[in-house]
Amino acid sequence: MGEGVRLRPPNNTPAARAVGWWRAQWLSLTLVPVAVLAVLGALIAPARTWLLVPAAVLAVLGLLAAALVPVWWFRVHRWEVTDEAVYVRTGFFWQEWRIAPMSRIQTVDTVRGPLEQLFRLSTVIVTTASSKGAVQIAGLDHELAAELAERLTHITQATPGDAT
Amino acid sequence: MSEPAQFAEPLPGAAEAVTPVATGSPRTAGAEGEGEWRRLDPRTLLVTAVVLAGVVLGAGVPAAIGMAGRMGPWRALSWVAAGAVLVIGFGLCGEYIRWRRTRYRVGPERAELHTGLFLVKRRSLARERIRSVDLTAHPLLRILGLVTVRIGTGERTGGESTLELEPVTKAEGERLRTVLLARAVTGEPDADRDGTLAVLDLRWMRYAPVSFLAPVLGGASIGAVLQVSDWFGVQARLFHWVGDRFHDTPLGWLIASVVAAAALAGVIGALGLWTEMWWNYRLEREPGATLRVRRGLLTSRSVSLEERRVRGVELVEPLGVRLAGAARLDAVATGLARDEDDQHADHKTLLPAAPRAVADEVAARVLREPLSPTRTARLAPHPRAARGRRLRWALAAALAPVAVLAVLGALLTGVLLWIAAVCALLGLPLAVLLALDAYRNLGHGLSGRYLVARSGTLRRTTVALQRSGVIGWTVTQSLFQRRAGLLTLTATTAAGEGAYHVHDAARDEGLAFAAEAVPGLLEPFLVRDPVPDRTPESGKAAPPPSR
Repeated sequence: MGEGVRLRPPNNTPAARAVGWWRAQWLSLTLVPVAVLAVLGALIAPARTWLLVPAAVLAVLGLLAAALVPVWWFRVHRWEVTDEAVYVRTGFFWQEWRIAPMSRIQTVDTVRGPLEQLFRLSTVIVTTASSKGAVQIAGLDHELAAELAERLTHITQATPGDAT
Repeated sequence: MSEPAQFAEPLPGAAEAVTPVATGSPRTAGAEGEGEWRRLDPRTLLVTAVVLAGVVLGAGVPAAIGMAGRMGPWRALSWVAAGAVLVIGFGLCGEYIRWRRTRYRVGPERAELHTGLFLVKRRSLARERIRSVDLTAHPLLRILGLVTVRIGTGERTGGESTLELEPVTKAEGERLRTVLLARAVTGEPDADRDGTLAVLDLRWMRYAPVSFLAPVLGGASIGAVLQVSDWFGVQARLFHWVGDRFHDTPLGWLIASVVAAAALAGVIGALGLWTEMWWNYRLEREPGATLRVRRGLLTSRSVSLEERRVRGVELVEPLGVRLAGAARLDAVATGLARDEDDQHADHKTLLPAAPRAVADEVAARVLREPLSPTRTARLAPHPRAARGRRLRWALAAALAPVAVLAVLGALLTGVLLWIAAVCALLGLPLAVLLALDAYRNLGHGLSGRYLVARSGTLRRTTVALQRSGVIGWTVTQSLFQRRAGLLTLTATTAAGEGAYHVHDAARDEGLAFAAEAVPGLLEPFLVRDPVPDRTPESGKAAPPPSR
């Protein structure tokens, strides 16, 4: 019966601006500890090396991550919405495919954090009755996200089912 | 007795707050008809008084003894008595106010509860959303013929979706239970399947000592002895006494006796706890398709579970219990009550550890199947690579402490090296055995309407989940899994833990299995490419089991 079965990647990529958003996230994530360490290092003379060296290491790591990881994420993150289901792929080291059928969707939310607003992006979160079944589509163009949320709400309402 | 604090959530400035659960104003519905307002049972004052008296006695006697040394017995006694009167008086006042201000009613559409002095809490549940009515009664309540009623919608929004009536009379509790859970009895009464599904068999008590509870209780008993002796300042004397007893015997005997004593205490404790939990256990199916578990020696509990909420069952076999050939049965149901003060494991357990055949039989009856899917499913084994993963994890877990000890030993003292060696000698074989067992226990299959998955070694679980209850799939694959051709399938569901896993299935077979289990869900996203000639890799999983 020689047959290989695999999950095909979903069709759509996040918005190209998502790369910038992820970069900003990494940078802000790095900036806080680096700044704290650097300020402390400037103020506390005796421990200067012990504070500035980790700060430098963190800064280099953070910059590297900000440069590379978002590009990588952009290549692996995929999403797709069909008439039957929402289908999302994320991760590389820990790849994850999530599928939630339309008939079981309970709520459709769009979330925009401050950084996302800056990049005009949105995250669509689709929840089902399962506490562990939520599906997130991150880094969507905000107009597309609003449109998608509306479409999902429509399809969900039209699809019979008690969601459990 | 849990205090009414859980009702009094701060709602600043809101004198009349309708909780978010209330979908409408409580006044709009049920103004007419059967629902007159009722009060809780006034004997709650008596219960409070007795509980407070117990607390005061427990705290007051040591305090009086302690103070008597300094100020003479009579003065100490009067101080303590005054304190006791104050505490009990305040407690009773508070309870009286709570009783006066608490009322509830069951209208045709809603069940409502009003409570609170300054922050009037009005909570109202739509009756068609009520999923559970649980009755509990601790010994004091039982003596007075009272029960605590918990009415829940089973939604996972914390305490907001539960009405707690504490206490009402037993008859009133039963009335509420039947009224609130009465559904139109659909279908004909099923003589075979209605009525009692399981009753307690005292022989099941033998599985209590082999649970993980026994060692825990044993260890706790040693800790308790040390702690109490420390409180009374006689810990040194205790050690001397033990030392004297074992003056002439070698250290080994001493350790062995202490372990034996702890084990004995653990066994007795486990038996006692089991008796308290499961005495009078009875699993029934009531007309209207409700499962009801009743149990408890001192504290009696009654848990009701609507059958239409049941999405499957889970056989749970902790290692000791499994070696004794027994299994516990849990319900996989949506919207089970989850309380902070009551262990949520209690609510879903349908059957205590009982012989495996009995557990299967009860599972079949609960699911209305001729045979339990946990027994009939032919579970496909998982590929060899899954075994390698388990072996590696187990070895890593066993070697990590050994490595730490060895490094410390090399740096500090040679004794640690010996301890590391002993750890390695004991830990490695154990780890390998557990890993092999964990691999052997992996399995998944389909049986009629059910998806069956098994995993675990210290706590082996076999879940039978309705295939129609699967509301989504999550497939995960780590980098290592990808290289080994494995993946982990997670069926998400509204019931039970929300997700059930098939760990480390072969990629092709696992995806085909998931696609077959829930038709139409995964299929559109699968690519099936024919593989011309697969090299017969060692230990590829068996083909998907036929149904």
